[in-house]
Amino acid sequence: MSVMHGAILLPILISLFIPLLAKRIPTIHTGWFVLVVPVLLVSYFSRFLPGTMSGETYTARMPWLPSLGIDFVTYLDGLGLLFALLITGIGSLVVLYSIFYLDAKKESLGTFYVYLLMFMTAMLGVVLSDNMVVLYLFWELTSISSFLLIAYWYERERSRYGAQKSMLITVFGGLAMLGGIAILSTLSGSLSIRETYASLASIQGEPFFTVALVLFLLAAFTKSAQFPFHIWLPDAMEAPTPVSAYLHSATMVKAGLYLVARFSPIFADESLWFYLVSSVGIFTLFWGSLNAVKQHDLKGILAYSTISQLGLIMSLLGLGAAALHVDVLDDGLYTIATVAAIFHLINHATFKGSLFMMAGIVDHETGTRDIRKLGGLAQLMPISMTIAMIGTLSMAGIPPFNGFLSKEMFLTGVLEVSGSDLFNLPSYGWIIPVLAVVGSIFTFVYSILIVRKTFFGKRQDDQLPKTPHEAPIGMLIPPLVLVSLVVIIGLFPNLLSNTLIRPAVEAILPQVVDAGGKIDVHITMWHGFKLEFFLTLLIFTVGFILYKTLPRWQSLYNRMPRAISLNHQYDALLRRGEQTSTRIHDTVMTGYMRSYLVYIFGFIVILILTALYGFDAFRFAVDPISSIHAYEIILALVLVSSALSITFARSRLTSIILLGVTGYTVALFFVLFRAPDLALTQLVIETVSVALFLLVFYRLPEISRKEERIPFKLGNALISALVGLTVTLVALASLSQRSFASIAKYYIDNVADLAAGGNMVNVILVDFRGFDTLFEIAVLALAGIGIFTMIKFRRTGGMDK
Amino acid sequence: MFDILIYVALGGVFLSMLGLFYRVIKGPSVADRVIALDSIGISLISIVGLVSIILRTSDYLEVILLIGILAFIGTVAFSKYIEKGEIIERDRNQ
Repeated sequence: MSVMHGAILLPILISLFIPLLAKRIPTIHTGWFVLVVPVLLVSYFSRFLPGTMSGETYTARMPWLPSLGIDFVTYLDGLGLLFALLITGIGSLVVLYSIFYLDAKKESLGTFYVYLLMFMTAMLGVVLSDNMVVLYLFWELTSISSFLLIAYWYERERSRYGAQKSMLITVFGGLAMLGGIAILSTLSGSLSIRETYASLASIQGEPFFTVALVLFLLAAFTKSAQFPFHIWLPDAMEAPTPVSAYLHSATMVKAGLYLVARFSPIFADESLWFYLVSSVGIFTLFWGSLNAVKQHDLKGILAYSTISQLGLIMSLLGLGAAALHVDVLDDGLYTIATVAAIFHLINHATFKGSLFMMAGIVDHETGTRDIRKLGGLAQLMPISMTIAMIGTLSMAGIPPFNGFLSKEMFLTGVLEVSGSDLFNLPSYGWIIPVLAVVGSIFTFVYSILIVRKTFFGKRQDDQLPKTPHEAPIGMLIPPLVLVSLVVIIGLFPNLLSNTLIRPAVEAILPQVVDAGGKIDVHITMWHGFKLEFFLTLLIFTVGFILYKTLPRWQSLYNRMPRAISLNHQYDALLRRGEQTSTRIHDTVMTGYMRSYLVYIFGFIVILILTALYGFDAFRFAVDPISSIHAYEIILALVLVSSALSITFARSRLTSIILLGVTGYTVALFFVLFRAPDLALTQLVIETVSVALFLLVFYRLPEISRKEERIPFKLGNALISALVGLTVTLVALASLSQRSFASIAKYYIDNVADLAAGGNMVNVILVDFRGFDTLFEIAVLALAGIGIFTMIKFRRTGGMDK
Repeated sequence: MFDILIYVALGGVFLSMLGLFYRVIKGPSVADRVIALDSIGISLISIVGLVSIILRTSDYLEVILLIGILAFIGTVAFSKYIEKGEIIERDRNQ
């Protein structure tokens, strides 16, 4: 236990007291108490900045399950610190925002802040854990707390739907990651990420290594809403806006990016990693921006925009892996992609957080988020408009905001890597820049759309549920802080380059650092007339033209058939899954004992016969067989014919009598095989049970006493024949191969000396193995009590007379 | 000589038992079957007796007595069942 463990667990520990505070001190908004936690944490984590800048790392170990190699080991390096600062920093702002967003009287604040603090711990745990199982634990905790937060207004049907969808998809990914962890730790023999990296050379060639890679990527893609797993994010917008701003733009969706970045050192040498991460990322960028334009809900646009931007960062992380495949240590060759990824990750957190908060303000002050109803709010809400303006311009990549810089670097990275001669890129590498540019064009279009439709144009006061006015100052402060960061980073980008970006990039690409390569982060606003500059100009022009002609081509979106949409497929998958399982259940679980008996006997026959055949276990030896007498044959004939006659008996009474004959014949066998005690017992028991059968038979209702033969069914006959055959074969096989001599000799020798008895069967029953007898007595007692209670305590009424 | 005699006797009892067994299966009425069953019990007694002689043991004498009792009880039970439909009558006074 160290201070760092305390810092990670602080929010969830504080959350234990939140319901108490919310209940006892209702006059003060609970959020004020909560606010202390992230503020404290952000100041704590910023103390590590100088250390990580000089490449230091901080580890602390807390034993948890040492025998299993699972210890809560924290590991803080540049990457972890960057995320920790994002989580706590934006966390503080979101808590402040939520104080003004959530009404203390109408909402149950206690639950909200408990979930939020739970999430904060989970997220800090994800980014600061070195042990993979602990990482997985926190990873699932983020899924669960996100589930709880999305369904915060649980009485709404859409909220529950969105929560369930996000839960199913992210937990699917989480379980995939658990599989990946299992494989990776089995290969490397350690659950620690750093130790796995250290033993990389020995595990890289293993065939299962790529399986682990794919499983980890599944986790990252589902969490970070990459195509085709992005569908949960737009539905998660039913959550309160502070949650959307915090979880679904700044932190949780970046957990997947964190995972990719954290495991880059381990997996990035594989070319599959490069292909998957970059292609999925770039397609998500394109697909998200394409779909954002057709949304009408402000948060819907922002959700798809988040998907698209996450795709951008993801593709950059993939492209950055190319840096590991060049031997020549040129200055920062291909590392620019990773630098751009980290830079854009920070930028996206700032502007997307502010935009979500802006959307929340608009929703809060006008009562709607539908851009078809909004418009002309610029005069009424000037500050919100400024926030929206800066945020969207940064998102569109317009100078002088930070989005411009990272988008330029994105284009540089894309061009640099796709122009290289690695991984077959010369043949179809051109797709990457094309998708990137098209995605950026649509980003430009929807960015303008957000501001234009919300704040300009004609006011439609009659459409709005509330009279719009500017938000309270407390609600405006957090987005203002974020947009001022947008501007500051935009104007002085090098503030970040050495403090946050370089340590993070060094953590992602340790191979480059180890090989003596230098990661030189220098972000400039102006880098000359290069191709990316002209591409940016192209994006602006085409984007502007597309925006102007939007009404003419927007109807194209409706052309896409609903049946191929991914949401439709998801719903159909769930529905079909339910239907299929119901159908299987209905066909298999008939409710008839006879069909279950068919399954049971069928499986017994199949298992035993295949085992006999597969292990070549059947033997037939003649020598253990003793000589057969004529009376044994006759008796066997009587036994077999009476048993067979039972199955063909026309009346039940005949069956009972025949059963008695069978029992008596068996008793006679006992006589012949010299077992007087067994014969005695068998005779008595047989008589009693025949009497019992008669008793039961008399009680049968008139209708089922109808005399008829058991109907012949081929399947039943076949199965019973097979069961008989199986048992016979097993009996013959086990008779023919005895491994050990019998222990009966001991009993014969000692029955008189040790137990003072002459009857060996009885001595075994009560002396040598009296314990069994005790419990047989217990069984009989239970049966007796059971019969007594069943007869005595019948339900009165109903079936009874 | 004595042994052969025993075996012949055993064979005879078996044959009679087969005949009784035929009657059990064939019927035609339940009473026929019950009487056949009772006679099978008695044949069992003689078989057990003969077998005890063959095996030269006196351990089966209890079995003989037991079969005698059980065959009686069983036949009485069946008869009562055929006659009254019930084996143990309920005491109406309770």
